[in-house]
This record gives sequence, structure tokens and C-alpha cells, in this order.
Amino acid sequence: MGKKNMVMELKDFTFTYAGASKPSLNKINLPVEKHKITAMIGPSGCGKSTLLRAMNRIHDLYPGNTYEGKINLYTKDGQVQNILELKKENDFIKLRQQVGMIFQKPTPFPMSIFDNVAYGLRLSGLKNKAELEERVEKALKGAAIWDETKDRLKESALGLSGGQQQRLCIARAVALKPRVLLFDEPTSALDPISTGAIEELIAELKTDVSVVIVTHNMQQASRLSDYTAFMYLGNLEEFDKTDKIFLNPKKKLTEDYITGRFG
Amino acid sequence: MNRLVLNKIILTLSTLSALIGITFLFWILATLTYKGIMSISWAIFVNDLVNGGIRNLLAGQFVMAILASFIAVPVGMMAGIYLREYGHGSKLASIIRNLSDVMMSAPSIVIGVFVYALLVDPFGSYNGYAGIVALAIMMIPIIISTTDNMLSLVPTELREAGMALGGSKHKIIVQIVIKAAKVGILTGILLSFARIIGETAPLLFTSANNQFFTMDLSGQFPSLTVSIYNLATYPDEASRELAWAAAFILTIIVLCINLVGRFLIRNKK
Repeated sequence: MGKKNMVMELKDFTFTYAGASKPSLNKINLPVEKHKITAMIGPSGCGKSTLLRAMNRIHDLYPGNTYEGKINLYTKDGQVQNILELKKENDFIKLRQQVGMIFQKPTPFPMSIFDNVAYGLRLSGLKNKAELEERVEKALKGAAIWDETKDRLKESALGLSGGQQQRLCIARAVALKPRVLLFDEPTSALDPISTGAIEELIAELKTDVSVVIVTHNMQQASRLSDYTAFMYLGNLEEFDKTDKIFLNPKKKLTEDYITGRFG
Repeated sequence: MNRLVLNKIILTLSTLSALIGITFLFWILATLTYKGIMSISWAIFVNDLVNGGIRNLLAGQFVMAILASFIAVPVGMMAGIYLREYGHGSKLASIIRNLSDVMMSAPSIVIGVFVYALLVDPFGSYNGYAGIVALAIMMIPIIISTTDNMLSLVPTELREAGMALGGSKHKIIVQIVIKAAKVGILTGILLSFARIIGETAPLLFTSANNQFFTMDLSGQFPSLTVSIYNLATYPDEASRELAWAAAFILTIIVLCINLVGRFLIRNKK
């Protein structure tokens, strides 16, 4: 993988939670390729969510964590930025506009469907009403939820079903035109039909953004992703193209996990 | 002993205890309603205390309670927001939280004495401002604790989602977290208002009482609760009847505010 195809790159990244004696992640090296889907799998507590949450520094909501190593973000104009060096709130805001996140449980805000999608846009300083409406419509279409919501944009988002709420959250993130979207087990709280819809949506998203997805569901990883990272006990055990990991893993540990012998 | 017999004994005892408790409650309410309705008349709503009515007392009581809310609601809410959103496990936050809980159970007469020493004694006369401050001091810890509790019910993911969209901490708190908790906080404010509007002890020697209609807070200020206390001790029948009527009206007011609060909570679910 050449550098110019990369959007993010983790180099010897080590992360320790506030007050913990041992790091939760040890020297992780992981490239994230542009317009591809990278899946992170591994048993509970292996650190995959911790790693994902470092990639937009959402950990910084809670003070006292320590970061070592580098997480490089390659910006649109070819610049390299180590996001671990950010200190000011403004820089964090800019980072999160470029690296969006979708959570396990749908998190609609207690406001209308329109305002939910417009929220991030308004935060970024967009005030023009016509432009807002256009961007919201585009985002809702992009998240395949426009047909269900176009007649009820003024209604509360809390009235949507779980699957619709999750797609709304994706629309909300897509509206900001991020470069990377991080998904933290986005379907584990949803029924199979909604899960299918979300997976389809994620697959379509990669024409515009690069995706990193944490999942407990091995089928999901193999169906969706181009690359897969297998993590265990805070280490990145193996990283490769998805079919290689699933058909011909290098390590015994990876094979044992994928075949369901543990985890 | 047979366990079925034991069960019957316990059941009888607990039912009896419940009946005793409820009996007294209904006794009070029944007496209050009976005596209240007997002594109530249209005249007491249009006359001031000096002419045997309670118009000025109702106005005074509400003015003090509402102005106290203007102090207590912002202070209490901001303190609650600090405890839940900014204090986050710090030592200072836990000290303030404990102090606030202690304040909530502080005897109201103690608060009255404190404000007397602070705002009455140095100025040489009872005044409405002192009454307002005393009521606000009673109200603040209640609002701190409801705000704190209601914010704690807002899922962390909501804050993280706001942050992930590029929101700064204060914007997320104001635009999302408080919005998500607003019904609960509003209910807490209503219930604390119902609590302070029926208070006597904090007003006894702060605002004291006034027979005439006035909006001048720098002097003695009319109060419904203090009047009930005074009127009930007078020897003449007319005063005591007025006290019953006033007590009945006060109970109705508190009941209504509580019902609105409960209605809000139920609708939220």
C-alpha cells in the first residue's frame, strides 16, 4: 500500500487509560486506506473500541489518558498531521469534522429530524437556509432514509425506529463530508433487517469516505471489509486483506479466533 | 408456629399500620376542607388582611416565592451542571454535592435565623428582600440535586455523539444535554417551588408580615403562611376562621403545583 493511498496511519501507537498501570494498546501499527473499509475484530476487551475512539480523540472527553506514538491524518492537500499533537479545542473540532463517528446505540438528539442532520453543519458555521436544506436532503438521501423522512422532517427524531435512528446518525455524520467515518459496532443493537440496510449503506459510503468499523460479527467483517485487523489483548496480531485473514491467516491465534475456537 | 399464621399476623399488622397513617392524613384533609369551606367567601379574595381578607397575603407570598426562584433556579441549575458535567469525579464536586445534600435537610428555622443575622439585624427592620433570600437558600439545594440527577440520566453516548460532530463542550451541554433533561429539570423546579411556597419558618423573622397591600420589598412584607401562624393564635373567632380559609387555599395551591409536576413526569414516559 503506497503512502498516497492512505488517509490515516497509526505508528507505534500506545494508549493508557487515566489511572491504569498498564497500557490498553501496545505499539499499534495500522494503515487506513482511502475509500476502503477496514474492519477491526477481536474478542471483548481486546482494545478495538479503544483504538477506534483514539482516532478522533473522543477519549479526550475524559481527562488524564496518555498517548504515545503517532496517528497521522493525511489531509486533502497532501499534508500530514499527527492528531496526537492537537491541544486546542478548535483543533479537536476540526479533526472531528474530518473524522466522524457512529456509535453502538443510535444517538439521535432530542430535536427534529432536520435539526439533527443540520446540527453538525450549523456547528461548522453554515447559516444559509437554502444551503442547509440542500445539504440535509443530500445527506438523508446518502444515508438511504430520505423517502421515509421527507414528509416528517419537522417531527422529533426520537419517534423513528432503532434502524432509522441509526441511519439518521449516519446521515448526520455524512452531512459534514468527513474523510473518515468510524463505526463502533453500529449494528449490534439492531434487528437483522435494519442490520442489512446499514451494511448496504456502509458499502455504498466508501465511494465518498474511508471507513473503519469495529465489529463482533465475523460475517459482517468478511462481507463488508477490504482489510481486516485482528486484535488480541491490546496488540494488533494480524493485519491484511480481508480474504487473506479469513481464508489463509498467518497466525494460529487468528485462525483460532476466526474459526470460533475462542472469543 | 405455622408460617401461614405468621404470614397472617404480619399482613394484619402492616395493613393496620397503613390504615393508621392514612387515617391521620385524611383526618387533617377533611378537617381542613370542612373548616376551610365553612369560612371561605368571595370577600376574603378582594380584601386585604387589615379588612379581614387575604388578597395582599396571596400576592406577597407569590411575589417572594417567584423572586426567590429567579435567584435559586439559575444558581441551582448552574451548580448542578458543574457537578455533573465539569466536576466529573473531582474532590471539590463531591464536597459540594455532600454539602448541598446536608443543606437540603437543614431545619428551615435555622436558615431563617441565618438570614435574620445577615439581612435584618444590620438594617434594623424586617424586609421582603430577606424573605426572598431565605426562600432562595431553601430552594437552591433542591434544584442542585434535581439538575444533577436529571443530567446523570442523559446517556454519555449523546454527549460523545455531539462531540463527534464537532461540538464544543459548552454547546453540547446547552443545546443537547439540557434539552434531553429539560422535562425532569422543569418538574424539579415546580416541586421545589411548591415546597417553598408553603414555608413559614424562613419568613417568620425575615419578611415578617404586613396587614396592607404593598410591593415595597424594603419593608415588612405580607405573607400567607406567617399570617396563618399569627391568626391562629388570636383569640377572636373571625381571625381563626380566616386562618382556616387561608390554610385551605394554601393546600389547594401546593396540591395543584404538585399535580402539574406529576403530570409532566408521566407525560415524559
